[in-house]
Amino acid sequence: MKINNLKKRKIKDNVFTAVVIITTLISTLPLTLILYYLIKMGVSSISWEFFVNLPSPPGVTGGGISNAIVGTLILIGFSMLFSIPLGVALGVYLSESKKSKFTGLVRISVEILQATPSIVVGIIVYLWVVITMGSFSAFSGAVALAIMMFPLIAKSTEETLKMVPNSIKEASFALGVPYYKTVLKVILPTGMSGVINGILLAVARVAGETAPLLFTAFGNPFMNMDISKPINSLPLLIFNYAGSPYKEWHQLAWGASLILVIMVLLFNITAKGIARKWKIKY
Amino acid sequence: MENKVLKIKNFNAYYGDNHVLRNINLNFLKNTVTAIMGPSGCGKTTLIRAINRMHEFENGATLDGKIELFGENIFELDPIEVRKKIGMVFQRPNPFPTMSIYDNVIAGYKLNGIKIPKSERNDIVEESLRKSALWDEVKDDLHKKGAFLSGGQQQRLCIARALAMKPETLLLDEPTSALDPKATDKIEQLIEELKKEVTMIMVTHNIAQAGRISDYTAFLYLGELVEHGKTKKMFTTPKDNRTEEYLTGKFG
Repeated sequence: MKINNLKKRKIKDNVFTAVVIITTLISTLPLTLILYYLIKMGVSSISWEFFVNLPSPPGVTGGGISNAIVGTLILIGFSMLFSIPLGVALGVYLSESKKSKFTGLVRISVEILQATPSIVVGIIVYLWVVITMGSFSAFSGAVALAIMMFPLIAKSTEETLKMVPNSIKEASFALGVPYYKTVLKVILPTGMSGVINGILLAVARVAGETAPLLFTAFGNPFMNMDISKPINSLPLLIFNYAGSPYKEWHQLAWGASLILVIMVLLFNITAKGIARKWKIKY
Repeated sequence: MENKVLKIKNFNAYYGDNHVLRNINLNFLKNTVTAIMGPSGCGKTTLIRAINRMHEFENGATLDGKIELFGENIFELDPIEVRKKIGMVFQRPNPFPTMSIYDNVIAGYKLNGIKIPKSERNDIVEESLRKSALWDEVKDDLHKKGAFLSGGQQQRLCIARALAMKPETLLLDEPTSALDPKATDKIEQLIEELKKEVTMIMVTHNIAQAGRISDYTAFLYLGELVEHGKTKKMFTTPKDNRTEEYLTGKFG
């Protein structure tokens, strides 16, 4: 009877292992299928011209998405410029401050902002920036993306810096190093890989955002590098062209989707690489 | 000649309502090692951390009384100045993980923004590492990060980092409790060697260690200074009953 019992256990064990493996495979399926489909549909439109040309008018085959690539890079660049200082400073504050009502309030508002639907961020920035400035602009788009990014950066900075052992901080204090220098020269460098990792993940997260750009960056069929004017971006181009009735534009949207996904993957992989390579042992 | 480096006068410390140190009076003499021993929770770490004002980072910590360094009350000095004069070595080795061995030793200057010429910097690094008996082991790897060092080597690196600031007093908070016997032996030899230059105050819960390397011993029990005197005398003929019981292992 005992041996019988053991056999049953082994069978249960095997069944459990099989279930875990199968569910794991199922959960990787969506990404695999997305990549497969995107490559199948998009790869044919990718060529040198695709990167350097402007979109063609309907009815004309070919054309490229150079304005959207440049626009996305400009938007990301400026949104990083706005959100990194804010996010890192806020993260330092959250990780260093003692428990108080004010800190709790700050933490909750960061979390709520992080969960705010992106379309709402877009509308708010439209009211604040677009109406004030009198026109859609790359600047307002970057502001909208920055508002989405800085809570992410703040949270990841806070988590990373909290992991820096107190003993290292004490070592610095014991040498007579003042508090602000300890933060800038000891705590931040020690947590640097985590901070950069968080920044890259935040970029990857907003790079594909469409909703906050609809009423801000607006989109632009031409090349534009002036941040006070409307600018195109990959998600906007995909949104506009995939919804159009023209076959040539559908093709452009597929190609742009593939490029966008590759870009986001690259950000993610770089973030992982940095986290691994610069990992600090305490 | 005044050879009292540090004087603790009528010193009390509290955490909230908890009275952790009661009316401590204690002097530390130049070029000696004083061991502060006692069972866990007797306040020895609080006392040593008050001496370089590190206790101020604890929530709800308050104190009264005086601690004088060469006649100056440290609570009236800038805490940053106090910590430059009174170095500290912690329980667990805590070198800066992002810095090379060289930068770790010179960190006190670098982080404080004290500018000194490169040749002088090199001298300070070499001298400090020689004093902490680490120079021969790391002289070819000065610009590598310290993560590959053993625990004992890391602790000696931390001692070198404290010595580089040329402190008058060095506080050691159970400096060998995280180390193996061999590394402990090396640190103990080092402490005996170093007392020629700095006054040392060492917290330990290891009675044998206090007996081996200290000149004076202070025995704290439940926040009270029970006995203080020459180690040899105290270990052979303790005045207080509680000291005797602690030394013979009746409690601890």
